[in-house]
Amino acid sequence: MAENVKPRVRVPKTASAGEVITIKTLISHQMESGQRKDKEGNVIPRSIINHFSVTFNGAPVIDVDMEPAISTNPYFEFEATVPESGEFVFTWQDDDGSVYEDKQSIEVS
Amino acid sequence: WAALAQDAEAEKTMDELIAEFTGGAEVTDGEGIAIDAPEIAENGNTVPVSVEAEGASEILVLAPGNPVAAVATFKFGELAGKHIASTRIRLAQTQDVTAIAKLADGKFVRTASNVKVTIGGCGG
Repeated sequence: MAENVKPRVRVPKTASAGEVITIKTLISHQMESGQRKDKEGNVIPRSIINHFSVTFNGAPVIDVDMEPAISTNPYFEFEATVPESGEFVFTWQDDDGSVYEDKQSIEVS
Repeated sequence: WAALAQDAEAEKTMDELIAEFTGGAEVTDGEGIAIDAPEIAENGNTVPVSVEAEGASEILVLAPGNPVAAVATFKFGELAGKHIASTRIRLAQTQDVTAIAKLADGKFVRTASNVKVTIGGCGG
């Protein structure tokens, strides 16, 4: 079980209708690659976040399949079009079955 | 069995991963896709990489010099802005980080960027 997993998301508070905004996300996670060995030479089992997805008012923005080559504390920066006021939902899926979620609202004028 | 399946996954070569992504379709070099990565990465544990392909539905990122070549697949939805994504990746050694995009017209294009790695980012 991964511990101290904390998502952080940066979304502008406001935008104009149809504007393209930049979103940055970071989630604290060790992203154990499954390639490393412990002192006794045993392989440390893989334990990563394997999927990340973002929706806005239910419509898909971006979806990422992640492999162990993604660095510790996975970071993503991408763009989204916001047609109206609403809510972004960010979801990360862990190898251990855990799902981490964050939500951010944006006011569109 | 799960472990066996995972081993098989790990051993997939870059060519196999590309064939899986494209379904065997032709992949051309250049035009329509860009990758931005540093020329020199002092620390292979966290190398910033950005990929962009206008109108692409998906972009596959590969690190052929890693023990596992697959890095990430970005799928852009209807509310994606510019089809660009940045992340930070692990590179085990100096290599050509490769990106392949499925463009809006269904064609596939690839590009690569050589990154010299001073300290590898995989293993102990």
